[in-house]
Amino acid sequence: MAYDKFTVLKSTAVPLPIENVDTDQIIPARFLKATTRNGFGDNLFRDWRYNGDDTPKQDFILNNPIYSGKILVGGTNFGSGSSREHAAWAIYDYGFRCVVSSFFADIFRGNCINVGILPVQVSAAFLEKMFTSIEANPNAEFTVGLQAQTITNTTTGEAEPFDINGYKKNNLLNGFDDIDYLQAMDTEIKAFASARPI
Amino acid sequence: MIFLQFFPNNDGYLQNNSKPFTMSNKPDTLFDKVWDAHVVRKIEDGPDVFFIDRHFIHEVTSPVAFLGLQTRGVQVMFPDQTFATADHNTPTINQHLPVQDPLSANQLKALEENSHKYGISHWGLGNPKNGIVHVVGPENGITQPGMTIVCGDSHTSTHGAFGAIAFGIGTSEVEMVLASQCIMQPKPLKMRINVNGPLGKAVTPKDVTLYIISKLTTAGATGYFVEYAGDVFEKMSMEGRMTVCNMSIEMGARGGMIAPDETTYNYINGRLFAPKGEAWAKALAYWKTLKTDDGATFDKEYTFDAADIEPMITYGTNPGMGMGISRSIPMAEDLKGGAATYDKSLKYMDFHEKDQMIGKKVDFVFIGSCTNGRIEDFRAFASIIKGRQKAEHVTAWVVPGSHIVEQQIKDEGILDILTNAGFLLRQPGCSACLAMNDDKVPAGKYAVSTSNRNFEGRQGPGSRTLLASPLVAAAAAVTGFVTDPRDLM
Repeated sequence: MAYDKFTVLKSTAVPLPIENVDTDQIIPARFLKATTRNGFGDNLFRDWRYNGDDTPKQDFILNNPIYSGKILVGGTNFGSGSSREHAAWAIYDYGFRCVVSSFFADIFRGNCINVGILPVQVSAAFLEKMFTSIEANPNAEFTVGLQAQTITNTTTGEAEPFDINGYKKNNLLNGFDDIDYLQAMDTEIKAFASARPI
Repeated sequence: MIFLQFFPNNDGYLQNNSKPFTMSNKPDTLFDKVWDAHVVRKIEDGPDVFFIDRHFIHEVTSPVAFLGLQTRGVQVMFPDQTFATADHNTPTINQHLPVQDPLSANQLKALEENSHKYGISHWGLGNPKNGIVHVVGPENGITQPGMTIVCGDSHTSTHGAFGAIAFGIGTSEVEMVLASQCIMQPKPLKMRINVNGPLGKAVTPKDVTLYIISKLTTAGATGYFVEYAGDVFEKMSMEGRMTVCNMSIEMGARGGMIAPDETTYNYINGRLFAPKGEAWAKALAYWKTLKTDDGATFDKEYTFDAADIEPMITYGTNPGMGMGISRSIPMAEDLKGGAATYDKSLKYMDFHEKDQMIGKKVDFVFIGSCTNGRIEDFRAFASIIKGRQKAEHVTAWVVPGSHIVEQQIKDEGILDILTNAGFLLRQPGCSACLAMNDDKVPAGKYAVSTSNRNFEGRQGPGSRTLLASPLVAAAAAVTGFVTDPRDLM
């Protein structure tokens, strides 16, 4: 699918210092009934964000106007559970372009990249410093450079490199997706398939 | 590909491998054998272009993939290798009537129309083959050893019970498979989990998996693909193996697999899509090569003693928060992980450190799902409720995994046992496992559930889930409290 290219993101960040944030929290199953991929941001973290009567929960971070930005910072093991890509769609639709954590669940990480969100895995120590930094100053700014594969706390200058494979990096930098690549392999795939007793 | 030397006539399965054939004597794992045979191309500093043999789709995670195909003007490359079933968002009563929720009805219609348009088999509501995707695939013989199987559902790991590499994918990847029969997948690391020894009374495959997850934690196998080995799995039925592999994702593993053996071949033989005649003999010869060679190495290995496992129950909000049913809730300081998150979890459940689980009041019981919705699960459930009555204050959802399971329940007299004990048998679907339909547990209520996830709100906003085996669920259903099933056997 088409998404915005990712090059350098300079933004404040929203902290969510909770571990094991599963995709049922990111987008509960009852909101998966759409047949298009738009509008999921309204229900991002629905049950943490709203009461049963749809009034906002004042103590939830997304309802606190002090915090905003295009970077979501989560606790370790972010995105565990269901493979629903709707979780990544909801995060993107809400306006985030980057999720930072010290550890990601596999499927969620892949889904993020496939929809144009950059998952940035940092050390536990760097993550902790990010939380501290945002708590001390909600306007603390971070720079995520994909080409350089570095995340920098623009205020303090502290930086850490992050991993991403070259193929996916190229996709994100250019807004390509995997189907573009696979379609170009059409003949090769069909030859492979014809040799299989399927 | 060491086994080519021994099975030179076993063409097809191996000759397609795009890598040059080498006469290597290096011992391989089961996982490597299957994975490497499916790599169409290795991208330098990138994922493998990974060929998919079987693709399952359902109504929730496929519509946007089809929308993508339509936008690109791309056809489905191999429609015969994709199978559609409606399960996630279906009612479990009155399936002959129009679906009331317009959004759900719309998704079901989209699945039907897309399947029809692209020539994909569609087992919708009312079709005798309809049921939960991970139940109908194996029971129709679609799932076979050595295959690669994907679905837009994380519990696709279930199919690994047959010695297949099976895992959940996102919707972008569903679109990739439809368009090219491939996905882009980096090869995971390898883990082996060994469990040996005799299992204790009332210890089922569900308890084995909940035990393993409690030891590894909910992220303990992230980045790995697991092979389960040891005599516990060798002696286990196919249905039990499916329960174990199903839950692999709950410790973060992309999937789990078990080497095929006589139990596997006997299960597959004669099923609808199973190879027949000469094809069967050929397939069997290949399947027999699918085991980890002596001396093959894993990136990580765990070994557990079956004697340490008792009937399990979870007390928190991820599947790693499980314990033996006779024990008390651990103290935060005794666990890995942050105390704040642990505290949040117990607060959500309204439980406390050191609480006993036995004796806690239960409001709902759910037996079903891709984890425990097969006939052996209902036999186990019935073994406890037989001659007893459902506790008055308990609402029970008894949901078969498929119409075939539903028929078995009737044929084996289990329906009579259920009815006499005050239970209603519903129609197949994912039901209260993820509560997309009307089968929702109300806020604050406790459900003992044979499903796979106890996340906050998983079974309905504010619901509180205790994951357990069909035996523990049955014991809770008849007593109305968390009860050790060994006391009722």
